[in-house]
Amino acid sequence: MPHIDLPQGLPGINAAFTYRPETAKPMRQLAHILLHEPGSLTPGERELIATLVSSRNNCHFCQASHGAAAACHLGDDAVVKQVKTDFTQAPISDKLKALLVVAGKVQQDGKLVTAADVEAARNQGATDLEIHDTVLIAAAFSMYNRYVDGLGTWQPTDPEMYAQMGRHLASEGYNAPSIKQPLEHAAGQPVA
Amino acid sequence: MPHIALPPDLPGIRGAMAFRPETARPLNALVEVLLTGPSTLSRGERELIATYVSSRNCTHYCHSIHGAIAAAHLGGDEALVKQVKTDFTQAAISPKLKALLAIAGKVQQDGKLVTAVDVQAARNHGATDLEIHDTVLIAAAFCMYNRYVDGLGTDQPDDEALYRVRGHRVARDGYVTVSEEYLASHAEAAHV
Repeated sequence: MPHIDLPQGLPGINAAFTYRPETAKPMRQLAHILLHEPGSLTPGERELIATLVSSRNNCHFCQASHGAAAACHLGDDAVVKQVKTDFTQAPISDKLKALLVVAGKVQQDGKLVTAADVEAARNQGATDLEIHDTVLIAAAFSMYNRYVDGLGTWQPTDPEMYAQMGRHLASEGYNAPSIKQPLEHAAGQPVA
Repeated sequence: MPHIALPPDLPGIRGAMAFRPETARPLNALVEVLLTGPSTLSRGERELIATYVSSRNCTHYCHSIHGAIAAAHLGGDEALVKQVKTDFTQAAISPKLKALLAIAGKVQQDGKLVTAVDVQAARNHGATDLEIHDTVLIAAAFCMYNRYVDGLGTDQPDDEALYRVRGHRVARDGYVTVSEEYLASHAEAAHV
């Protein structure tokens, strides 16, 4: 049960965004720029950063939806699962591994990021902009995760719902809602 | 020393914002709605929530500047701001704000810690759903801003007078207006 009177049948952040459109707008824009607009990190790589942080924060809705978006971009579910479990063993670039180390520290506390962490990313070819965006993606998901969990939103467990959402996010990005109609059949289910 | 090449003359989040104006815009738009937009919580009360969360995250720049903005809204009462940072339960603030700060403190740790009992306590002191929503989102958003400022290793000056002067300006003009100055003067730093 959500802690406040959120619209029924909208999972996770969708309910909160519908409840308060004034704050939803900049929050959607921020995610769209960070995850979807062209960048030297691929959208799949950036979704993996968002997924790792959300997984570390144990936010089911966010890690499942961004994990699905990453899988859609990368055409590979297994790599997403491996990044959540232990990214050091995942078939991803050394640069992305170094950026995930930075993201994992930001998830705990930004002050944990050291010059050595940043230098390690640079040695693998990371640019200042890529390091900046990694820090901000990790920081932003420390917000989105707390928002989704702190309101007690409905977080379904059905993998197919997340797969559909992931396909929408991968193709359309974040400016428009990925869930347009309440999921009537599922309304009122307990939080995952 | 910042971890990446931020403009040297802009401390804290301002250097990060000037480095990446595309993300600065939604970041400023969000804080503008949450802390200065129409609300049944006063601007001083909302700045106290932001200050408290930033203080819990030990982000010197953010708790100093938002503390100064809070004091500017609260008739210059810096002692009250300090008391909220130290132990808000003993501060001369309303029972409703104390109940909301208890929720904000849980969101700062993990959104899942917020209980129905916490929310009911806030409601018993007159908090509305929208006030509870905004408290959760202010706390979540400052977990982002704090990590962004710390994670990039931004310059965070000690000089209290600097924050006091700037706090007055932001309290008077708001976030978006003040940001337009430094974003315009560093427009050449745009990367994308």
